[in-house]
This record gives sequence, C-alpha cells and structure tokens, in this order.
Amino acid sequence: MKLIVAIIRPEKLSEVMEALYRAEVRGLTVAGVQGHGGELEKVETYRGLTVKMELQDKVRLEIGVSENFVERTVRAILASARTGEVGDGKVFVLPVEKVYRIRTGEEDSEAVTPQDPGITELLSQMTAGK
Amino acid sequence: MAFAGMTPLLTGAILQTAPVELSGADTAWVLISAALVLLMTPALGFFYGGLVRSKNILNTLMMSFASLGVVSVTWALLGYSLAFAPGSAWLGGLDYAFLRGVGLEGGPLSPAIPHLLFMAYQGTFAIITAALISGAIVERMKFGPYLVFITLWSLVVYAPMVHWVWGGGWLGSLGALDFAGGTVVHINAGIAAVVAAIVVGGRKDWGRQAPVPHNVTYALLGAGLLWFGWFGFNGGSALGATPTAVLAFVNTMLAPAATLVVWMILDALLSKKITAVGAATGIVVGLVAVTPAAGFVGPLGALAIGGIAAIPSYFAIQYRSRTRLDDSLDVWAAHGTGGIVGALLTGVFASEVWGGKLGAIDGNVGLIGTQAIAVAAALAYSGIATVVLLKAIELVMPLRPKVNEEGVGMDIVAHGEEGYARGEGAVLVLPDAVSAPKGYAARDNVHVPAASHSTL
Repeated sequence: MKLIVAIIRPEKLSEVMEALYRAEVRGLTVAGVQGHGGELEKVETYRGLTVKMELQDKVRLEIGVSENFVERTVRAILASARTGEVGDGKVFVLPVEKVYRIRTGEEDSEAVTPQDPGITELLSQMTAGK
Repeated sequence: MAFAGMTPLLTGAILQTAPVELSGADTAWVLISAALVLLMTPALGFFYGGLVRSKNILNTLMMSFASLGVVSVTWALLGYSLAFAPGSAWLGGLDYAFLRGVGLEGGPLSPAIPHLLFMAYQGTFAIITAALISGAIVERMKFGPYLVFITLWSLVVYAPMVHWVWGGGWLGSLGALDFAGGTVVHINAGIAAVVAAIVVGGRKDWGRQAPVPHNVTYALLGAGLLWFGWFGFNGGSALGATPTAVLAFVNTMLAPAATLVVWMILDALLSKKITAVGAATGIVVGLVAVTPAAGFVGPLGALAIGGIAAIPSYFAIQYRSRTRLDDSLDVWAAHGTGGIVGALLTGVFASEVWGGKLGAIDGNVGLIGTQAIAVAAALAYSGIATVVLLKAIELVMPLRPKVNEEGVGMDIVAHGEEGYARGEGAVLVLPDAVSAPKGYAARDNVHVPAASHSTL
C-alpha cells in the first residue's frame, strides 16, 4: 500500500475530487493547511500597514491506496490540480507499513478497497449519462 | 444640547419664559435617540473587535460592553451631577448626586422632556466616550485596571468636560459651539487614547510583527451600526423632534457620505486599492467631524466638512503606522484629528440661517478662534488628567499582563474564554479542579465516566 499526500491549491479541490472519482479512487482525507512553495507573496494593506502574506492557503489530501491504484491516483491529481503557475503544489507517495479499517478490522489492501460498489456504479452511471 | 452650544442668552431666555410643557413628540424622539446611542457602544465593540487578532476578540468586545455597566452606574450615582448640577464654571455640584431631584418633570436644560430622560440620554454619551479610548490599548491591558480606569475617567475627565461645554461651564459661556460632542466626546477621547497608548506602552510585537485584523466583516458591521446609532447621537442632541433635529439628522447622513467618497478616492490613488477597512474608518471619521456641527451648519456645509475631514485623518493613519506609537486602532486619527477638524470647521461653516451662529464663511472669523480655544482646553485637560489617572492606577496595580500572557491572548488570560472555541479536545473538569492554575485543568481531576459505561 501507499499513502499519497498531495498539497494543492484550494480552488482546485473540486476539480481534483472529480478527477479522483472518475479514476474510481475512493476514500480520502482533506485538510486546510498553509504553506509556501516559492510563489509570489500576496500583499495586503490594512490602514497604513502593508503586510506580505508569505504563507498561502493550500489543501492537503491524504489517500491510502493499494499498489495498482497508485499510478492512476497520481495521474488524476497531476492532471486536475495543474495551472502551470508557481504554487500548484506537490504530490508525495509514501510507503505504508500497515492499514486497518476500523469498522471491520480488515487489513492492508482490503482495508483500502472501496466497499460500496452500489455507489460506485451509481456514480459511473451518472457520469456516463451526462 | 444645542441650547448650551448656541448662546448663553438663548438659554437664559428659555429659563425666563413661562414653564414649557412636556412634549410627547420631543420625549419620544429623545427616548429613541437614547436607545440609538446606547447601541453605538456594542457597535464600537464590533468595529474595534474586527480589527484585532482573533485571540483578543472577546477582550476587545468586553472593553466596550463593560463600559455599559460601570459607566452607567457611575453616571447615575455621581457623574451626571458633576456634569450638569449647578456649580462653578469648572465643575458641577452635588445637587443631583444619586439622582436626587432628577424626576419626570421637565429638566432645567431640557424643559420639553423629562429630566430623567435627559440624564439617561447624556449617560449613553458618557458610556461610549469611555469605551472609545479602549481602541488605543487593545490586546495588552489588564482588564481590572481598565475597568478602574474608565470608571474614574468618566468622573474625573469626562464629567468636568461636559460641564465646561454643556453644563453651564466656561467654554459654553465663551460661545464655543459643540452641537453633539465633537470636543466633549471625540477630542476628549482621542487625546486620552494617545496618552493611554503611551503610558500602557505598545503591544510586545509592535513594529516587528504585523497584527492583521482578524475579521474585517465585523469592522464594517460595527461602522454601519455606528452610523445608524449616530442619528440618535446627533439628531437627538436637538433634545426634541424639532427642525434642528432634522438638520442634524440629514447632516449625519451627508457628512460621512462625503468622507467615504474622498477616502475611497485617496485609497484608490495612494494605496492603489479601495480597502474595506479604509471605508469603515472613513465613515467613522465623517461622523466624528460632523458631530460638533450637526445642528449649526447647512447640508452643503456638512458635505464640505465631511469631505475635508477625510484628508488629515487619512494621512494621520498612514503616518502613525510608521511610528513607535501603538495607538492600535487609530483612535487619535479618527476621533482626535477628526474631532479637531470638525470643531474648527464648525467655526467656518456655522450658519445663522440654519440655526447656528455667524461663522467664518459669513465673515465672523473670530468664531474659529473660540473653537480653537475649546479644542486646546480639551487637549490640555484630558491629556494631563489621563496621564495622572493612569499613573496613579499603575501605583496600585500593574496595567499590563505578563509578556507570555499577552502572547496567549487576552481572551484566555483575562476572561477564561475563547471567541471561536471549536470544542474539540475539550474535557469536562470536576468542580473541585476549578482551583487549578488559571486556564489549565489538572490532569488527575479530569472527569472519568463510571466503569459501567465503558464495558459492554
């Protein structure tokens, strides 16, 4: 298994989520974070005070996947999160020692495999239908 | 208050004629106005609160809200008497202490509305004037000493100043015009704020870190509510539902509008962007500037006063932020500078046709001199008395929290609360653990559910 950690632009989150769904990647954790990737600082002015905002808002995605999902997950993120400007973010792929699903106690690859084919099919029908 | 601002002769005339009957219309308008002015103090809390960092939001709000308590009580018990009871040219007497003789009959200075209502209306002014000062010392003054300070300040500084201008004291006799409190409220609070910022000292990171406003929406909300309440502040100062009240009301609409327009232009030209904080500030500056003039100048005069007042305050703010003076929320630039410009321009634009007296624009240049004397007197007395008061309090109790407490933020340190607590990780503490060190729960006193709950 691998843990895929992606730092992306907040405004790209919807597109990334959609791309992940299309790639049939399910199950992710999202957190708002702040960081600096070398992009230009935002400059704000409050009364006479000029402030350089060196930290930018970013979104951090964490996705646990089995080996054969790594490639398509990364591709989906790269394709959907990119603007071409400095500050698009990073994708990290980390080895994972062990995974448990809390509800069932399933381990490893089973624990990161989606368990609700009903919803998966429903979504693919919806996207196919439109 | 227009009575005292106009001429002593006019006040005398009212007293000599047959007793004026109470007016239902006048009473109704001043009742509403008193409620409007009371709302300005919570509004000020939000205006200030939005401009501080999130760790100090409750403390900043409380600095305004607490004034609703301590200054109201002080005003009723003693402040009103020191301001308005018959006395010398310098201070009122004790005739109205504990509201003795302040009843439902027409007041001596307000024959058409009950004396008690006049007292309450004036009380709302005392409350906000004290609260205005807090903008200079937010995020770093201990709350106890702050309460002591504004309580005493309302007696030692505010009440005498009111007496000088409106209560039969020497500035009113001199003929200085102050319709609704440009000198009494705004210059007074503005210079006290500068003094307080100097005596208390700057925030620990001032000049090294950027204290960014945490919620500019609050600042705009507060500015909007201040404007709304200010219709009672200026309009109500006519002390009746009179044509003068209409004039003051309309001027209160027009002057801040002109300030806002000029402020946005200055922002667009000099800061390259029209800022929301700037807009909120501009509105307040315009309201301050028109306060002394509201019932004495025509609507075009009010537009001129509002538009002109934007310029010195705008540059005062730009300049102040480059200095060591941590008047954190620019009370001086808004209320001191705006108040002085308004007081002097009242001397320029005052108009006999509109019920004021002959101003400089109509040839009476001397009125500007009279206005300047009032400004100088307010600056000198309030400045000196505020230093003495704060230094005296400092002898008894420290004015500032410890440096690390200031870092944590005054919400937790002073009030034991957070404005935006998320509640995650909050663990119930048993009552006997409340004696744990301030802000920290002792680990072994944490509530543990009975064993039966945790086993199946």
